[in-house]
Amino acid sequence: MNSAQMLLAAPEFCVLVMACVIMVVDVFLSEQRRGIIHGLAILTLIFAAIITLRGDYLADGVQFVTIFKGSFIRDPMGDVLKVSSFVIMGLIFTYSKFYLRNFNMFRADFYTLSLFALLGVMLLISANSLLMIYLGLELISLSVYALVAFNRESRRGSESAMKYFVLGSVASGMLLYGMSMIYGATGSLGLTDIAEAIRTGGSGDILLIFGLAFVVVGIAFKFGAVPFHMWIPDVYEGAPAAVTLFISSVPKLAAFAMAYRLLSSGLGDLHVHWQGMLETLAFLSIVLGNLAAIMQTNIKRMLAYSTISHMGFVLLGLLPGSAYGFGASMYYVIVYGIMSVGAFGMIILLSTQGVEAEKLEDFKGLNQRNPFYAAIMGLIMFSMAGVPPMVGFFAKLMVLKAVIDAGMMWLAISAVLFAVVGAFYYLRVIKYMYFDEPESEITVKAPVDFGAALTVNGIMIVGLGIFSSSLIAICMTSFGA
Amino acid sequence: MMNGIMNGFLLSILIWLPILGAVAVTLAGDQRPVMARGLALLIATATLLLGLPLFFSFDTSTAAMQFVESRPWIETFNVHYYLGVDGFSAPLILLTMFFGPLVVIAGWRSIQKNVNQYMAAFLVMEGLMIGVFAALDGLLFYVFFEAMLIPMFLVIGVWGGPRRVYATIKFFLYTFLGSVFMLIGLIYLYIHSGTWDILAWHEMPLGFTAQKWLFLGFLAAFAVKVPMFPVHTWLPDAHVEAPTGGSVVLAAIMLKIGGYGFIRFSLPITPDASAALDWLVIGLSLIAVVYIGFVALVQQDMKKLIAYSSISHMGFVTLGLFIAFTIYDKSGGTSGAALGVEGAMVQMISHGFISGALFLTVGVLYDRVHSRMIKDYGGVANTMPWFALFAVFFLMANSGLPGTSGFVGEFMVILSSFQANFWFAFLAALTLILGAAYSLWLAKRVIFGAVVNREVENLQDITTREAMVLGTLAAAVLLLGLWPQPLVEMMQVSVDNLLQHIVQSKVL
Repeated sequence: MNSAQMLLAAPEFCVLVMACVIMVVDVFLSEQRRGIIHGLAILTLIFAAIITLRGDYLADGVQFVTIFKGSFIRDPMGDVLKVSSFVIMGLIFTYSKFYLRNFNMFRADFYTLSLFALLGVMLLISANSLLMIYLGLELISLSVYALVAFNRESRRGSESAMKYFVLGSVASGMLLYGMSMIYGATGSLGLTDIAEAIRTGGSGDILLIFGLAFVVVGIAFKFGAVPFHMWIPDVYEGAPAAVTLFISSVPKLAAFAMAYRLLSSGLGDLHVHWQGMLETLAFLSIVLGNLAAIMQTNIKRMLAYSTISHMGFVLLGLLPGSAYGFGASMYYVIVYGIMSVGAFGMIILLSTQGVEAEKLEDFKGLNQRNPFYAAIMGLIMFSMAGVPPMVGFFAKLMVLKAVIDAGMMWLAISAVLFAVVGAFYYLRVIKYMYFDEPESEITVKAPVDFGAALTVNGIMIVGLGIFSSSLIAICMTSFGA
Repeated sequence: MMNGIMNGFLLSILIWLPILGAVAVTLAGDQRPVMARGLALLIATATLLLGLPLFFSFDTSTAAMQFVESRPWIETFNVHYYLGVDGFSAPLILLTMFFGPLVVIAGWRSIQKNVNQYMAAFLVMEGLMIGVFAALDGLLFYVFFEAMLIPMFLVIGVWGGPRRVYATIKFFLYTFLGSVFMLIGLIYLYIHSGTWDILAWHEMPLGFTAQKWLFLGFLAAFAVKVPMFPVHTWLPDAHVEAPTGGSVVLAAIMLKIGGYGFIRFSLPITPDASAALDWLVIGLSLIAVVYIGFVALVQQDMKKLIAYSSISHMGFVTLGLFIAFTIYDKSGGTSGAALGVEGAMVQMISHGFISGALFLTVGVLYDRVHSRMIKDYGGVANTMPWFALFAVFFLMANSGLPGTSGFVGEFMVILSSFQANFWFAFLAALTLILGAAYSLWLAKRVIFGAVVNREVENLQDITTREAMVLGTLAAAVLLLGLWPQPLVEMMQVSVDNLLQHIVQSKVL
């Protein structure tokens, strides 16, 4: 392997090196100068984004390049997902800094662990072999287990970290079990080779189908699709808001990439088999996620169930197995990431000294206290409900189009029906903010960078909706649709 | 030349000036209500003035789209930012712009809380409603159609009455539920045709089964919006709880979007299904006209009464549109049917003026007494003679008095329904009795008689500001009633074109 090929993984190296640098630098920093860590982390993201965007590896007609003996793939889809992750990560760091300061948890470990998790996300996005997928997945999971328990004093945090760890291990085990079957059936770990083996050897092998089923379980767990969703509400609620912020956004992008690589690149010829599985998962997620969210009074739990229903939509986009569907699904997951960080950013904003604003009532009368932030939260909620011209509508639209294209009319109709059910609990948040009188007189204040990030976040939600053309085009062209 | 350039962007200006203006109004902050009001009035008036070419430069000799704008919006999806108006949409846009300044003035004193947000919400709503009427791209239409819910939801919820939360969530969910079915239909049409161009959909052949499902999808969206029996129950709640301005916009313009949707989507895109299922719409319309008329009779709350009267009057619109098929089958020509469709259009515009005016008159009383209950009033004419004059006039117009606009539309629809079926006409004509009954009985109980209590005794007559608003509307009602010709001329060619279109089968 020559150095030019190594350069293809430069963004990953950048993040890896910087995570280590931050770990070391922190040792020499005094308490007051921790801000430098934050600056370094943001710089890392900017550098990584620049390196990713400058990757001119695509010659004429070349769709992708693989390195490390075919186990690492660099393609436009991966680049789009990575750059989106960097942008979302930038928002996450900005929101978290405020939170961590507020809760006296401003330590460098948060940044190191987050960057390692980000590295896992990037590896998973670019993984082209079963081994690399597992590596990326575990890197994310292990970092996140630690992050969930980041607040040492919080019993709830430790409890949910434990729960997450146990369930996550089971899911990893399932995935690994499935992978081993696929390996047994095809004799290779590389996704390209697996696809080749299935194509030549036929797809009827029962071992292969079993392997597929377990792999789908692993994917469903990562997405948090029903019935593998049990960890989501508890982890969302128990983890510090700054960590929930992360869990709810960037890893979903990686989960999408994992699903695409495994199901389409690797097991594309088993489409008839996995389509039915995803259909059930998607349908159950949309139904249960939306119904359960209605009953929540804790906004973190409510958003957790809403995530489940949104992931149902992402799965809907995957199941036709068409380039168009994958593009729609990817668009959805990116859009969801943007909306989700905004929503959790708002929760952080309203958290006062040591107390998280996790009750829906905490949003009461926000319009009276601060109309600007209330408007941003309003936009996010309407966007999640899928009301145009917010970007969330276009995401739903594209997924629905893919599903109707595939002739699954009943799925599309039940999806929109439950989207209407879902609209109810998003409206309830708006009701609290606009229609009720405030209970707390504390003015909503945020540092400049926090306010700026939230503003950008809000503008993205409207702007990417009204000017939705470019992001849609980017997502579609990365799949050649 | 200058004029030509202006016309090329006219619709965009009319849509975006109020929306961007709303941002400016919001920035005025909630500490400076005077500035917010003034700015809002300025923007709404400017929009109205800029929109006048829509009437004066409108070419009444063609059914083709005018003031057309088209540029790609979402290329990968073939969505265009495609605007244009014909004889159906131009009058409705004019109606929308006409109400712009009026609702701003209506909320001048009665709204004291978050004035800037209130005014901004109405401006956004105005821009979006103009967008709904001007959009010729299916997705663009849907975006405006849905986005409109947001400001209305907030207006009812923030500035509404005691049960505002229930009413506004009901309003939102009802409309949202109806329109998602339309969304599925629109996506289906796009997949089928590869374009979102509504005019192309008009020409496109479609199998009968597909048409039937599409028709039902459109019906779900527009029937809720009109609203038709039995999905009308959100309307009385929304009207009762909404602030005066909200009720006015809801009754005067938003309901018309349902009627407009039938004209723009259901009839021309799915003519065969419309013909086959016209009994359904006619039946529901007649139930609305008669049954809801009776319901209006027993209301205790003035706003509720007017809300039910709106549903009953909107029944004429759907009736006028859907009897076209029966008339065509009987007479073999489209001229009889044209009368019905024109009547429906005139009824929409006229009902816009009258219902808007009625909600404003109730608003005048409510601002003073803070009650909408009929029993709290009586003998208002003794203390508010000028107000009584306007109120009685509008109530007369509501009951279809000849010489007012209320008469023209109803008369045209009844006349044309005679050609379809005697019983249609008979039932529809009942409204002349029912409408008169509930309108005039309301006048009797509230306006006339002896002064019933201290509050009525202390009432102040309308101010110049209120007189201006009501006077403008009264003039409009009279003008349209005595001289509907310009309006009819405006839409005549478009109506003929529509009818030519829908009597041809699209099933291959």
